[in-house]
Amino acid sequence: MAGNRPWLAPLLSLVFLAVFVGLWHLATRTTAGEVQVDPEYAALVGAAAATGGKSAMPGPGDVAAKLWEHITDPFYDRGTNDKGIGIQLGHSIARVLLGFGLAALVAIPLGFVIGMSPLVYRALDPFIQILKPISPLAWMPLALYTIKDSNVSAVFVIFICSLWPMLINTAFGVASVRRDWLNVARTLEVSRLRTAFQVILPAAAPTIMTGMRISVGIAWLVIVAAEMLVGGTGIGYFVWNEWNNLSIANIISAILFIGLVGMLLDTTLARLGRAVTYKE
Amino acid sequence: MTQHFLQVEALARRFPGPRGGEPLTVFENIHFAIDKGEFACIIGHSGCGKTTILNVLAGLDEASGGAVIMDGREICGPSLDRGVVFQGHALLPWLSTLKNVEFGVRSRWPGWSAKQVEAHSVRYLEMVGLGQALHKKPAELSGGMKQRVGIARAFAIQPKMLLLDEPFGALDALTRGTIQDELLAIVQATHQTVFMITHDVDEAILLADKILLMSNGPFAKIAEIVEVTMPRDRTRATIHHDPQYYRIRNHLVDFLVNRSQDYAGDAAAGHDPRQPPVVRPGLDGGATVVPLQVHAGHSVPHATESTFSHASA
Ligand SMILES: Nc1ncnc2c1ncn2[C@@H]1O[C@H](COP(=O)(O)OP(=O)(O)OP(=O)(O)O)[C@@H](O)[C@H]1O
Ligand SMILES: [Mg+2]
Repeated sequence: MAGNRPWLAPLLSLVFLAVFVGLWHLATRTTAGEVQVDPEYAALVGAAAATGGKSAMPGPGDVAAKLWEHITDPFYDRGTNDKGIGIQLGHSIARVLLGFGLAALVAIPLGFVIGMSPLVYRALDPFIQILKPISPLAWMPLALYTIKDSNVSAVFVIFICSLWPMLINTAFGVASVRRDWLNVARTLEVSRLRTAFQVILPAAAPTIMTGMRISVGIAWLVIVAAEMLVGGTGIGYFVWNEWNNLSIANIISAILFIGLVGMLLDTTLARLGRAVTYKE
Repeated sequence: MTQHFLQVEALARRFPGPRGGEPLTVFENIHFAIDKGEFACIIGHSGCGKTTILNVLAGLDEASGGAVIMDGREICGPSLDRGVVFQGHALLPWLSTLKNVEFGVRSRWPGWSAKQVEAHSVRYLEMVGLGQALHKKPAELSGGMKQRVGIARAFAIQPKMLLLDEPFGALDALTRGTIQDELLAIVQATHQTVFMITHDVDEAILLADKILLMSNGPFAKIAEIVEVTMPRDRTRATIHHDPQYYRIRNHLVDFLVNRSQDYAGDAAAGHDPRQPPVVRPGLDGGATVVPLQVHAGHSVPHATESTFSHASA
């Protein structure tokens, strides 16, 4: 049905978008209209709503203009509190990739060991179970105190939150490699190292990639909050700064960009995951 | 006593009971031998311990007692001397057909160049008729083709002995027949020593020189050793023209249906598991049944001149 009309779904998406933007437009215009029609009501809800109603909640046109501004000039730098959104996103992405990369370097080998050895698994399990549910932001004060550098602390927070999904998925993937495949390697007298790289790793790769995808998703969620706390640079700091400036159009633009970058990270990892997936 | 190529002596396997209960003895006192170039099949009911025996022979599992001696040396741990064809083919799904075979070949001859490894692997894949499917992934192959890759992989390392665990169990009758013929031709050409598990009586008669009959577990035993006395150059198309065929077949079916449970516990007082009787039901007037002392009346023993002898006569 939808198969022979591939344009149907995108068309419907456009319709949804148009409806949403239309409603948004109407909603923001009515607030402004009501101020003129009913000054008594304006007095009732307060001066802020009456005068700020228009500027506090921008319509789609205002946001589009702001977006265009960001897109055409993303990399300007006019001091600490006024950098282009491209620069801010770049800082956030760099932190996420660094923290995520370090976590992968720790989690995948460690997960391998845990998955291969039931003893190590049982020994480390209580630690993992306790550490895993801790909100990564709870580490922030400790990180700031010990590391004394807000930038490194943010990376550390990303490291911590990326660690667990990769660790657990790697261990699970390695531990559930089919017995038959390991027996094949054993009967062929394949060395342990070769077995690890040529049997266990490819067998567990899809599960490991799923863990990495979850990790990068969480890391991108956490970076915004972390940057709101540590300040300085990054998209999270940008959002917080624009909140202080009461520039809602900027905030909405930033939210859109955060979503776009998150989607990009996710699809990249999904594509990598598909590359290592095998059909049984 | 002559030295056999493979000698299984007093083999036993016990699994720890649930929550420290009585251990489960799958089998004990298993004695048999296989000579070089011989094709031995083992048949028995599901769960009697056939796979467990094969795993011990492969070195994948450790026996709880007894020993397996191959070529004068005791088996401990897996080795390239024994090629295994697994029941579920066990191909590595992320590797192509060719790479699956090369995986073993490279391990067998680590000094070989990539070219040599490939040429050797291709040769064995062509032998099982898969020359056209070298670069297909296992998921793109039919069940029969997958099983043939498994066979090529096991043959390609040129093991001293081949172990097959119900290699054709999952195949339809037609495919099964074709691959049986292929296996038969390869084995006849290479004089490979084979130990194979099967549920299929006809398959056993077609392929085997001797068939080990395993009684039901727990405490399973080798009840009898049936010698297939038909000439070696049998084919699937002509085998049932031989009058021996039906005599052997009846004997095997009779065992599976009527007698396989008679060997439990003390019932088989007259049965010496160290020397399971060797019978040749194919020969004229051959012993159809080796009567057990206690359960003799169970199936009608109409053996007039018994031709059974003993394993290590
Ligand atoms: N790891 C194990 N722990 C406990 N019991 C086991 C284990 N493996 C096998 N068994 C038991 O050993 C017995 C023999 O199993 P095995 O797999 O050797 O049977 P089989 O003869 O190959 O059967 P089938 O023809 O169905 O493949 C079964 O009763 C099974 O429950
Ligand atoms: Mg089995």
